[in-house]
Amino acid sequence: MPKRILRLMFSLCIVWPVMWLWLGLRIRHREKLPKRGPAIVVANHNSHMDVFALLSLFPLCQQANVHPVAAADYFLRNKQMAWFSLNILNIIPVSRRGGDSNPLALCEQALHEGKTVILFPEGTRGEPGILSPLKSGVWYLSQAVPEVPIIPIWLHGTEQSMAKGSIIPLPLFIDVTIGDALHFNADKKVSMSMLKEHLLALEQQTTGNHSHD
Amino acid sequence: MLLEKSLAAIFVLLLAATLVNGLLVLLRPGKNWRELTLRIRTWWLIIILFSLALLSPHWLALTFFALVSFVALKEFLTLAPLRQSDRMPLLWMFIAIPINYWLIGIGWYGMFTIFIPVYVFLFLPTRMVIAGDTHSFLRTASQLHWGLMTTVFAFSHVAFLLILPSESQSTGALLVLFLVGLTELNDIAQYLWGKSLGHIKVTPKVSPNKTLAGLLGGVATTAVVATILGPILTPLSSPMALAAGTIIGITGFCGDVVMSAIKRDIGVKDSGTLLPGHGGILDRLDSLLFTAPVFFHFIRYFYY
Repeated sequence: MPKRILRLMFSLCIVWPVMWLWLGLRIRHREKLPKRGPAIVVANHNSHMDVFALLSLFPLCQQANVHPVAAADYFLRNKQMAWFSLNILNIIPVSRRGGDSNPLALCEQALHEGKTVILFPEGTRGEPGILSPLKSGVWYLSQAVPEVPIIPIWLHGTEQSMAKGSIIPLPLFIDVTIGDALHFNADKKVSMSMLKEHLLALEQQTTGNHSHD
Repeated sequence: MLLEKSLAAIFVLLLAATLVNGLLVLLRPGKNWRELTLRIRTWWLIIILFSLALLSPHWLALTFFALVSFVALKEFLTLAPLRQSDRMPLLWMFIAIPINYWLIGIGWYGMFTIFIPVYVFLFLPTRMVIAGDTHSFLRTASQLHWGLMTTVFAFSHVAFLLILPSESQSTGALLVLFLVGLTELNDIAQYLWGKSLGHIKVTPKVSPNKTLAGLLGGVATTAVVATILGPILTPLSSPMALAAGTIIGITGFCGDVVMSAIKRDIGVKDSGTLLPGHGGILDRLDSLLFTAPVFFHFIRYFYY
């Protein structure tokens, strides 16, 4: 499968050197990241770096089984971008406009196949350090596959390293904090507010000021 | 041969520390030894990498020190509050690292001593002016300068010791070992003296754990060990080694409290999480950032 090899080369030659040598990931609670899917990984979103930071958390042999969920109107906007997004980034396109029968059908299918899905519940890149209102797509997806754990992750520093509109990432450390797995809750409101609480608690852990001794 | 023997001695010390730690975990399981265990484990990594650097050819050793500067500067800038307009000046700062170490590699001492303090320090604010953001300009300029000054300029004096001319091959590496070893010993001695009989605080607002007894006892211990080791490892005579030890003791303390003040200003306890048990790389380098340039110029003035 040449596409698989291309993807591996992309991780090995571009993503990993940039992430591990140029930037540097500082990971808290790596052990909470499940070794294999199915899993729904949920993170805050401020920068294009976010998706690469999350992909780098998984070992090389797992790369083919991790799929970022991305907006079809943005990532499939032209031929080259669509080819790159679908084959190299491995995205699962989702229509933001709705109208289709089930915009999350492809995600469900991937989870049923035991894959890991990366989702940004804020929907789009928000203000750095501020959690935008969460979209409820996670809950609908979770409803279809209630046995799959939801792993909340907080990313800090990606927007400093690569803000909207910049091309070269600044060499700064990126902090990644992985939280405890959440499970499906039939009450949508409770479920979403729990996710939000978990994400905010992780933010506190990542950026919270410590007392100085 | 002397270099290999000295490194072996360090490994023996570390092995002893590991054994003591293991015994403590076994005999007193009630207490929490996790921090100490992590700290010793990280020491193994640091000392193995450091030994390999000292034993490798100069170009490789310089690359190693350049990488340490790179990671330290990255950690410094991750801590410092940055403005969006600082992007390009920041990228230029990183270009200064390979140039600085290349100047060391070709032994161009005159250019090395002025490259960062003159040219880069004048260039950076100029580049910031082009970006045009004058809001907290002075604060930002000083942050960038101080970051480069400590993590690149001051630290690279350790690397310059390596290429000081010598009769036997390993003298440069032994100077590095002498400096780094005594700086670490000073840290530990100040901590132990302060812990056992310290009352009068030296810098209560910055670092409440620092006491006068710790400072004096630490400097004295470092000076005595320096007087013994100096004539064996370095060209220093006994009285000059005593002076060098005293200088390392005092400047090591200064580096420690100055970096503590910076962390307190930013509002963090540790500069990072890169070295488990130690915090960040800057937490480990703090004393060395002050001892290195002062020791380097001391030894260069009197012996080269």
